[in-house]
Amino acid sequence: MHEHDVVVVGAGGAGLRAAIAAQEAGADVAMVSKLHPVRSHTGAAEGGINAALRDADSWQDHAYDTMKGSDYLGDAPAVEALCQESPEEVIRLEHWGMPFSREDDGRVSQRPFGGLSFPRTTYAGAETGHQMLHTMYEQVVKRGITVYDEWHVMDLAVTDEDDPAERTCHGVVAYDIQSGEISGFRASDGVILATGGMGQVFDHTTNAVANTGDGVAMAYRAGVPMEDMEFIQFHPTTLPSTGVLISEGVRGEGGILYNEDGERFMFEHGYANNDGELASRDVVSRAELTEVNEGRGIEDEYVHLDMRHLGEERILDRLENILHLAEDFEGADGLTEPMPVKPGQHYAMGGIETNEFGETVIDGLYAAGECACASVHGANRLGGNALPELIVFGKRAGRHAAGEEMGEAEIETGRSGNWQPADYEFGVEVGETGGSGAAAADGGAVVSDAESVVGGAVDRAQERVDELLSRKGRNHAEIRSAVQETMTANVNVFREEGRLEETLEDLREAREAYKDVAVSDPSRTFNTDLIHTIETRNILDLAEALTMGALAREEFRGAHWRKEHQERKDEDWLKHTLISWNDGEPELWYKPVVLEGENKTYEPKSRSY
Amino acid sequence: MSTQIPKQTEESSETEAETQPASKGEERRAEKRRRAAERREQRQEEEAEKAAADDSTVELKVFRYDPQVEGKQEPRFDTFHVPFTKGMTVLDALMYARDTYDSSLTFRHSCRQAVCGSDAMFVNGGQKLACKTQISDLEEPIRVEPLPHAEVTKDLVVDMEHFYEQMEAVEPYFQTDEYPDGELEEQRQDRENREKIKMSTRCIWCGACMSSCNIAAGDNEYLGPAAINKAYRFAMDEREGEEMKQKRLEIIEQEHGVWRCQTQFSCTEVCPKDIPLTEHIQELKREAVKNNLKFW
Ligand SMILES: Cc1cc2nc3c(=O)[nH]c(=O)nc-3n(C[C@H](O)[C@H](O)[C@H](O)COP(=O)(O)OP(=O)(O)OC[C@H]3O[C@@H](n4cnc5c(N)ncnc54)[C@H](O)[C@@H]3O)c2cc1C
Ligand code: SF4
Ligand code: FES
Repeated sequence: MHEHDVVVVGAGGAGLRAAIAAQEAGADVAMVSKLHPVRSHTGAAEGGINAALRDADSWQDHAYDTMKGSDYLGDAPAVEALCQESPEEVIRLEHWGMPFSREDDGRVSQRPFGGLSFPRTTYAGAETGHQMLHTMYEQVVKRGITVYDEWHVMDLAVTDEDDPAERTCHGVVAYDIQSGEISGFRASDGVILATGGMGQVFDHTTNAVANTGDGVAMAYRAGVPMEDMEFIQFHPTTLPSTGVLISEGVRGEGGILYNEDGERFMFEHGYANNDGELASRDVVSRAELTEVNEGRGIEDEYVHLDMRHLGEERILDRLENILHLAEDFEGADGLTEPMPVKPGQHYAMGGIETNEFGETVIDGLYAAGECACASVHGANRLGGNALPELIVFGKRAGRHAAGEEMGEAEIETGRSGNWQPADYEFGVEVGETGGSGAAAADGGAVVSDAESVVGGAVDRAQERVDELLSRKGRNHAEIRSAVQETMTANVNVFREEGRLEETLEDLREAREAYKDVAVSDPSRTFNTDLIHTIETRNILDLAEALTMGALAREEFRGAHWRKEHQERKDEDWLKHTLISWNDGEPELWYKPVVLEGENKTYEPKSRSY
Repeated sequence: MSTQIPKQTEESSETEAETQPASKGEERRAEKRRRAAERREQRQEEEAEKAAADDSTVELKVFRYDPQVEGKQEPRFDTFHVPFTKGMTVLDALMYARDTYDSSLTFRHSCRQAVCGSDAMFVNGGQKLACKTQISDLEEPIRVEPLPHAEVTKDLVVDMEHFYEQMEAVEPYFQTDEYPDGELEEQRQDRENREKIKMSTRCIWCGACMSSCNIAAGDNEYLGPAAINKAYRFAMDEREGEEMKQKRLEIIEQEHGVWRCQTQFSCTEVCPKDIPLTEHIQELKREAVKNNLKFW
């Protein structure tokens, strides 16, 4: 068994920042990551990091923009922390050598981004995430922080009191991909989950293959509620064959969207008579899908994004990287032909419920980054607000876990305060299908000493792996693609009751099928078949919670659109969706959003731009 | 062939299914699983036959090796026929083959967009990122092998430890003593200087350059193009200051540093991020000479 003060799971932007912070606060830190740190998907971010750096700007304006963008489902204490601390964190990155793009006077450049009242997005060319990820990994190397790379964390080691709020997390269990060894990692001060996005719940996404939402699923099964899972951001311009993102920059420069009949549908079919192609992400995504659904898509799948009229010179000057993306990943030449695009899953606003210090309801368990929900993005994330979240909340979680005094949290976790149960009947059974060896806490005497808790978790993981490797059965790949297909078909930018229910049924079937899953590669060396099989279980749990949240939320807010409910209903729905695993019988409940900030209350206004 | 297989150890690890008395329900489930597996195998065979007969498919010959699995301990090539779709990359084809025909086919991949650096491999005799290589640009059958000059872990996966060690040997982190006074104040850097280091900061640690380099193949301690490029990235960054630059030049001037490079340009040719590696190495050599003259 490995022993450290703080164990950070995941080594993307959030995990790296958390590890550095915990170490600076005096803790012995280890990072455990299924990918080598520089392979994390933070490296894919292009656009930038929002920070109110200049005198003419203020954190208050940034907070106001973020609250409005969130459609008033962000919690003010978290939003204000993000906006107050982003400037110093961005400057810290600069002090660590991050190669930001520069102004003539040598200062860090900033550019305008959608939904922002000031050009406050700092960036490093079209590769901001790559530069941020590498800069922070360099600091981890410099500090000699231990990294267990290519170790897949399978589960958390948590005590099994009945009430999740009384449980304690003592560590994690991980599988060494290289050798097939399973090991316990005991964390005497805390475990920080920083496992990133969950794009693989859908079959078309800008996320990496490794973004399977493992941390969210692990925390969920250990008793932490998932928050606001129904809020998923879809990006309107991704390449059809891979999901690679074509940035808004193309439309910003004047790129035009056409359907199969060569119509400029954003105007000609009246989706956005003022803004056209530049309307917000969800509006454009829905327009594209409507075109396809009504038979005006190309190959019944996508639409065209044309930039040829901008001329070669302008394209090469401003959009050169787009030419490379289209050519390398789609085999299309943006100079001579229109590029095929369609909407793709992009970002999960929801995730592991935390307060503004990254603490979950389970003692000693933290979460930061895209896997967490503090919540800073509410119902809709503004471009450029995810990267600052990584550094601000990574730092906060790291410090808190290492024992630094940070004051009283204002956001409550778990069923405290004004929580209310949901009165929604799902027509379909959800949750655990009897009999499969799930890692649910099973009754009996409460084991509470740390060694035994971690030891027990290791034994269960070992049993599970042995079973998957030794038996014969179905391959996970068909189950995974069945889940992804139904999610993409029915839980996308269009959501209607009947089809959401259909998806719950499909997921039920997938769960049944998963009971018979087996790994056919018998090897202990680099068994990716096994890893993917374990991930598929996580995808299943997340897909279900997401669909449940979407069914129950009968309103249209931010990224969540409901056919039968076309307006935002503040009277009933200024509240967060929470889903507790409840040992295999998922339970839906709600808690109010916190709109009271430090000095002001954010009054809901209409989200028009 | 320069594919390196680690020496076999005398150890066979078999995972035998424990036969325990099982309940009726479990038996039934086990039976169902067995039948499902059989059906799947049959389906795979049918699909493979259909694909082989079809000429809108591409043929891949993929290197296979697993130190632990019987029948795979001797390296071999497996042939896969994959239906071609427009825009398909080598990575797409490998994923299709894995998910449809053989779930044990193993390769690293994650981002699918040339930023994570996981999937450098040897495709038709050249180092390529699988996700960034269009099938339509390749001659068939497409030969896919692990990176040469690195130890093979399994199938297309190689051991990257040595590469990481070299990267970390050049103090790959920003160092300076002088920060602006205000905590909220950035260091200034002019645009030319940022432009100068720009290409060097694009490295994604894929290891293609190292694998293509003859010198690195012969001298295991040679820092290699990627690590030297990393040193370049800091040595040329004016924010670090003169003193640090001095130290950086000493690091790359060591016995297994820049002077080993014989300017063969193979690294520059294979780099998927178009980093002018050889040029950077040459420039460091010149800087080192200038620097030594200064101190004579
Ligand atoms: C294409 C794209 C462009 C974007 N552009 C922007 C932008 O311009 N601005 C912006 O603000 N945001 C942007 N975003 C969003 C932002 O980049 C992400 O939300 C953010 O990078 C996520 O960082 P993270 O640290 O939470 O996770 P990641 O960087 O994904 O890291 C997750 C880590 O967890 C590890 N991990 C996962 N599961 C396990 C497990 N079971 N065991 C062990 N380790 C595990 C992985 O190995 C990895 O190290 C973009 C996102 C995408 C996809
Ligand atoms: S320099 Fe180029 S080829 Fe070498 S590791 Fe970096 S990206 Fe890969
Ligand atoms: S999959 Fe990430 S570089 Fe190819």
